[in-house]
Amino acid sequence: MEQSTIIQIKNANSFYGTKQILRNVTLNIPEKTVTALMGPSGCGKSTLIRCLNRMNDLIPRFRFEGTILYKGIDLYARDVDITDLRREIGMVFQKPNPFPKSIYENVAYGLKIQGLTDRELMDGIVEESLKKAALWEEVKDRLHESALSLSGGQQQRICIARALAVKPYVILFDEPCSALDPIATAKIEELITELKKNYTIIVVTHNTAQAARVSDFTAFLYLGDLIEFGPTAKIFTVPQDKRTEEYLTGKFG
Amino acid sequence: MLIEKMVELKHRLIEYATLVEGMINKSIKGLLEKDENLLEDVIKREEPKANNYDREIDETCTAIIAQFEPVAKDLRTVVMILKMNKDLERMADHAVNISESSLFLIARPLVKPLDDVRSMAKTAALMLKDSIDAFVHENVALAKDVCDRDEIVDNMGDKILEDMASFIKEKSDGVRRSLHVMRIAHNLERVADISTNICEEVIYIVEGRDIKHHKAEEREAEHGPTI
Repeated sequence: MEQSTIIQIKNANSFYGTKQILRNVTLNIPEKTVTALMGPSGCGKSTLIRCLNRMNDLIPRFRFEGTILYKGIDLYARDVDITDLRREIGMVFQKPNPFPKSIYENVAYGLKIQGLTDRELMDGIVEESLKKAALWEEVKDRLHESALSLSGGQQQRICIARALAVKPYVILFDEPCSALDPIATAKIEELITELKKNYTIIVVTHNTAQAARVSDFTAFLYLGDLIEFGPTAKIFTVPQDKRTEEYLTGKFG
Repeated sequence: MLIEKMVELKHRLIEYATLVEGMINKSIKGLLEKDENLLEDVIKREEPKANNYDREIDETCTAIIAQFEPVAKDLRTVVMILKMNKDLERMADHAVNISESSLFLIARPLVKPLDDVRSMAKTAALMLKDSIDAFVHENVALAKDVCDRDEIVDNMGDKILEDMASFIKEKSDGVRRSLHVMRIAHNLERVADISTNICEEVIYIVEGRDIKHHKAEEREAEHGPTI
């Protein structure tokens, strides 16, 4: 099955001050699939995923060199509107970070800052987003209670619903399950598998078993270099690079 | 997710088993009806297909173990499917052997009527069919029944061997033809043996019990010790 590429990363280099994090990373992300970025701490996987919706811009002394094309558009071009960009490329973080507002307000937040006022339309999108995030049945009778009253796993799904509400094409997950218990983790993984039918998903994880379970493609990064990229089934059965083999078999990292 | 992968894997194995079952049936039908096309079909068209299934199922099983770390029944199923895959690959080779010998035989006069081969083939083919059914429906009773039939096929094979041996003694001009009939009988016997292997694997999947080398003990447990 040939997928079309939605994001092209070409010779990406990034620096915090003088310290180089990513080294000449070149990678094509196929559309409507799950791509996992894995590697030991400090390999640059989080930096790379944060480059994809320019989250690193907020960090002082951060510098990016290279090109990232999203649907052919250079993400680092001067005229790119970062707000528009982040609407199309949403993000879910390591720790669930719902706003201290109601469940409804959390999901509707992005719509409201976009200026949507039609209540009926908004109700519809909130419901649809919660359904897509597999949370609707659990919260439909308490939409106006605080999102902070939910469990960790539910809070993470609220954050996913919040990202979905603004109709993104790509969703970035940065270690989405590292603060969750195994059952909540299984739910998120199942959800990711479901979401890939309609969205392109990129997941950063240091949990190799999770990368194996949820992704179609896996990239292995080590010390800022992209060591290997390919179909997950292949990476986990016959990795081409000795370092991938050693990382997967627990020899380092 | 693992559930979907397992369903896909099982479907693939059933497709493969159905192909191999068809190969065995065709190889015998080609012999009995002197149909060269059927025999050529098994050798030239279907055997390469079987090899593709073999490769694909091997890869899928390996990937499932690597990616999903299956446990309990899922693990038993993946490991047994790996074995069944090997079983089916062997069985496809037997179909090819039978077809090759059949091609030799149909071009020449019969050494004697093929009634014994016909009934041996029927019994062995039914064992194969039932072993696949036992896998599809996880039917342990059917699987055990197939294992019990192994001896019948062995006896049929022995009889053909005896017949051919006496034929060779009597008529020296039929040696090669007799050897080919024996080869077919031997390959059918292997089909029956492998069908019982598949059934043992089914029982291991369903019950987690390994009955491979325990036939005598089991009989004892069921019927009491033999005197």
